Amino acid sequence: MPDASLNKKRPLWYNLSPLNLPLPGLVSILHRVSGAVLFFLLLWLLYLLDGSLASAERFEAIRQTISHPVAKLVLLGLLWAFLHHLCAGIRYLFLDIDKGVELAPARATSALVLVVSLVLTAVLGWRLFW
Amino acid sequence: MKRIVVGAHYGLRGWLVQRVSAIVMALYTLAFAVAFAAAKPVDYGQWKALFSQGWMRFATLLFFVSLLLHAWVGMRDILMDYIKPTGWRLALQIVVVLVLVGAAGWAVEILWRT
Repeated sequence: MPDASLNKKRPLWYNLSPLNLPLPGLVSILHRVSGAVLFFLLLWLLYLLDGSLASAERFEAIRQTISHPVAKLVLLGLLWAFLHHLCAGIRYLFLDIDKGVELAPARATSALVLVVSLVLTAVLGWRLFW
Repeated sequence: MKRIVVGAHYGLRGWLVQRVSAIVMALYTLAFAVAFAAAKPVDYGQWKALFSQGWMRFATLLFFVSLLLHAWVGMRDILMDYIKPTGWRLALQIVVVLVLVGAAGWAVEILWRT
């Protein structure tokens, strides 16, 4: 006879902290967060592009602006947001055509997205901002 | 029997727009990285010259149009998920549209200003 206690309805508790998510879930929420971050700082980036292409004086002024440590940090964050969004997006395009949808490849490519975007951020950030 | 379901396929259109615009932006990113690495602009003249080429203006315009569409679908999804009161959601969606259309117009001005 089956154990009756197994059929008893028990309260469920899901730990929804992002840090508790499986890797594909982490990549997914970071894809959303990075997209929103890029949207919110779009106008500032356009302001930088505008100034940098307006005149030699404005170009120098923009160069001064983005050499400030805080601006560098924000730009580094934006660079990561862009690269993560791009890498995760490429992964989703493959998932759309049913490539890498099984559990093992889905986890492996999630890890790849996280690592590649962080490494690219470090390398490009170093080359561009320091 | 064929049935017309009112309001259907909006989701599919958004889905497709998001992916096509994503591919355009990914290709632009690659092209820009190559052009940037080739030109290695360090001063205003070189930076300006990079964006003065005809193909670069055209490609950058395509990028910004794609960005407008892509960010609209993405922000709309985010607002639909988290902002439940219809009035607030509509208001914020309008703000997003205005910001994006304004940004695209600004980008055109930046690219074609002499």
